[in-house]
Amino acid sequence: MNATKFAKGAIFPIAALIVWEAAMRIGNVQSDSLAAPSQIAAAFYQALIDGTIPRRTGETLRTALTGLALGGGAAVIVSVILGLVPAAARLMQFSIEVLRPVPAVALIPVAIMTLGFGYGMGIALVAFACFWPVLIYGHSAIVNIEPQLLDVSRVLRLGAFGRVTKIVLPAALPRYFVAFRLSAAVALIISVTVEIAANPLGIGHELMTASQSLHPDLMFAMLLWLGLVGWAVNAVLLFAQRRLFGPAAYSASLQ
Amino acid sequence: MDTNVAIAPRAAGDTAEPLIRFHNVSHSFGSRQIIDNVDFSVGRSEFVCLIGPSGCGKTTLLRMVGGLLTPSMGEVTYAGHRVDGPESDVAFMFQDYSKALLPWRTASGNVSLALEAARVPRAERAPRIEALLAKVGLSRHADHYPAQLSGGMQQRLQIARCLAQDPAVLLMDEPFGALDAMTRQALQDEMLRLIETSATTALFVTHDLEEALYLGDRVIALYPNPGRVAQIFDVKLPRPRNQLTSREDPEFLRLRREIFDFIREGET
Repeated sequence: MNATKFAKGAIFPIAALIVWEAAMRIGNVQSDSLAAPSQIAAAFYQALIDGTIPRRTGETLRTALTGLALGGGAAVIVSVILGLVPAAARLMQFSIEVLRPVPAVALIPVAIMTLGFGYGMGIALVAFACFWPVLIYGHSAIVNIEPQLLDVSRVLRLGAFGRVTKIVLPAALPRYFVAFRLSAAVALIISVTVEIAANPLGIGHELMTASQSLHPDLMFAMLLWLGLVGWAVNAVLLFAQRRLFGPAAYSASLQ
Repeated sequence: MDTNVAIAPRAAGDTAEPLIRFHNVSHSFGSRQIIDNVDFSVGRSEFVCLIGPSGCGKTTLLRMVGGLLTPSMGEVTYAGHRVDGPESDVAFMFQDYSKALLPWRTASGNVSLALEAARVPRAERAPRIEALLAKVGLSRHADHYPAQLSGGMQQRLQIARCLAQDPAVLLMDEPFGALDAMTRQALQDEMLRLIETSATTALFVTHDLEEALYLGDRVIALYPNPGRVAQIFDVKLPRPRNQLTSREDPEFLRLRREIFDFIREGET
């Protein structure tokens, strides 16, 4: 990102902050639900140095990334099987159609009963939420593999294992990566939702306690931080995607 | 002319024991019949071209020899046994080279795929890949990805991958159809040179009459809808063939006229 582009992007937020700060000061607002940017910044700094932000961020990312890895990983395996064995896909289609629309957050009560509070519950719900997009993307990537590549694998007499590892997965890899990147956003949403709704862990829980204990400054600070974390996770994955599949020779097959 | 014939002796079709044989082969996709009672054979080291309009099932016949398709009636035999799957020494060269190469592997990597499939030990692969790429003139492009190669180079790379199988039979499905005329002629000659030195048997599908005559020992013309053998033409042109003299040979011109008239009659 070049400097002028960054400067242009920063005009609106900075102006909004100045207006917000000025309004709070001129109006001399004393509120339990609003805080001036300067107060939010102070709360943010405080939460950063007393270790709240690093600890809470670690908890949220641990839930989100573990859930993403488990749910996405399982979806890769299932999608390969369903993609290569049409009979299995027909057999599972009804179950998938019924389970997929269940919102992950609707399973929070079930998770509380079966798993109790803690990482297990958050991870399980994130895994459930991330499983479906990776399964759907992956399955479509595999059934849409260039049929001639599969002919090539047959003519060369690659075994089933060789066909999956040397042809099918590399051909579908860019799409899997896109599915994981999109699921990372889902993972963050679900983990924070679970924290807000039930689990005493992570950024979501901190956000909720700040709200309930009438600390709007800390609440807004955590909200701001959450936005930055989401942006950073996506930026890292986007960077990795461009490095891995970007200007390389076969970038045309990406989208 | 006669001396030229003498220096390039090639198997004469049905003599001796044929390498590939179609025994009364018919095929249907659903209720639509694609192939109707095809029966012919290809001798060892023979170069046979299948020619016909679209819908004559020439690609279908090729896929049957390659073990990619089982005929619904009759059978295809290879070296005396029934074909029921791809054979290790039968190579298949696909029409659309851009879809037959792995875009995520370099030129070396694509040749390596055939060696990996044949379970060639890792240590032996590198020198063989190098030799194969040199054979098709791609040594300097070993580390390039297919997308970085021209169409002609991509098809050369596919030839190299086929040769990696050390094939007794090379099946080719309109391999040069998408290339420009100059590149096509260059590749025709390279391919002929490569398979003549190794006495490979070739079955070549094309819809280009002149290409079939230039390459083949025999040309099998097919009728469409459903595909069946119309007539078999022996091409008694001296080898090695030459893009100028072979194509000016009276026999070439006579055959071209004969098959052309024949195809036109079939259409009316």
